[in-house]
Amino acid sequence: MQTTSDEVLIARIAGGDRLAMQVLFARHHVRVYRFVLRLVRNEATAEDLISEVFLDVWRQAGKFEGRSAVSTWMLSIARFKALSTLRRKPEQELDEEAAEQIEDHADNPEVALAKKDKAAVLRQALSKLSAEHREIVDLVYYHEKSVEEVAGIVGIPEATVKTRMFYARKKLSELLKEQGIDRGWP
Amino acid sequence: MNTTNKEAHSDIEELLPWHAAGTLNRRDTQRVEQALARDPELARRFAMVREELGETILLNETLGAPSAHAMEKLFAKIDAEPARKPALSLNLSARVAGFFASLSPRTLAWSASAAALAILLQAGLIAGIVIKEKSAGGYETASAPSTDPGVGAFTLIRFAPQASSDDITKFLEANKLQVAAGPMSGGLYKVRVAVTGLPKAELARIVKKLQEDKVVGFIATTE
Repeated sequence: MQTTSDEVLIARIAGGDRLAMQVLFARHHVRVYRFVLRLVRNEATAEDLISEVFLDVWRQAGKFEGRSAVSTWMLSIARFKALSTLRRKPEQELDEEAAEQIEDHADNPEVALAKKDKAAVLRQALSKLSAEHREIVDLVYYHEKSVEEVAGIVGIPEATVKTRMFYARKKLSELLKEQGIDRGWP
Repeated sequence: MNTTNKEAHSDIEELLPWHAAGTLNRRDTQRVEQALARDPELARRFAMVREELGETILLNETLGAPSAHAMEKLFAKIDAEPARKPALSLNLSARVAGFFASLSPRTLAWSASAAALAILLQAGLIAGIVIKEKSAGGYETASAPSTDPGVGAFTLIRFAPQASSDDITKFLEANKLQVAAGPMSGGLYKVRVAVTGLPKAELARIVKKLQEDKVVGFIATTE
């Protein structure tokens, strides 16, 4: 069965097709939500933001020129809205889950390893990356964005995308080492 | 290792995350694969990248999903939006894409080769849109009533199965043809070759010329 492409859905949305909007939303809202949630670290805020992101898609569909993938375009909108929200609420408290993850720094390496396997420690370290590093790791690994697409979403040169990812991974190794896992790199 | 090799190594190493995610272009993919094949240390680091990739996916998948209210909120906002005017600013390809998608597979189910016919029907839509846009100076769908639907000289064409919609569009444009109806039984399209009637000999000459094009599988004159 043929799946309607995102570009076709956008063309229909531009014509006011609500069903196309529902399909696009169903297809992408979870990933957009997770991307935003990793940035704002608050579920309620992230949920509010995705309706704003898709409302922008509804409004701007007629201007979409297909220069990037629809998913890339939506992540760009999502990122802009998430950062705008964070700027408006600099005092915003992190949700409990995120806070707990950060406080886990208190565990010494033996305790951490005793409590969790290597994969779990790796996920914990991924959660402790800075927002900037977390964002790029998610875009590359989870959202499967190319160097060019990440550059477009984040608004930085492609060379910077590569070096930022490199340093994010380097930081990850350092965090793992603190938890008793020496990867022998860098 | 000299400086140049170090720089090259670093360059390759920076690409490992995208290689693991499968988002590198063909050239860079080959460069990375060649480097991985000859450098065990790089291969070991690539294994680390793959671990990171897997755990990042797992981490994100455990983040859950928004509630059902998210869609309700969105459509409440959309309902509050002013009524939308026709999307005149859409480019041709987007409109054509919309037409493609509006054709459900069920409508094409009469044919054993629905996929091939979908391409052909798309071509008809492309032709209709292109020609009518040029003649009327505005947007009109291929399925919209024509001012003179039965006037002109016509042929029946079945396009070659391997012809892409792009090939067919170019063929129709190059020969100033317009798809008037179709697909009909057997995957045939009624194609207008002239806006006025033509002598039989002239129509036969045109048919013979069109027959030589590789996108044409079958062609015959018709009323």
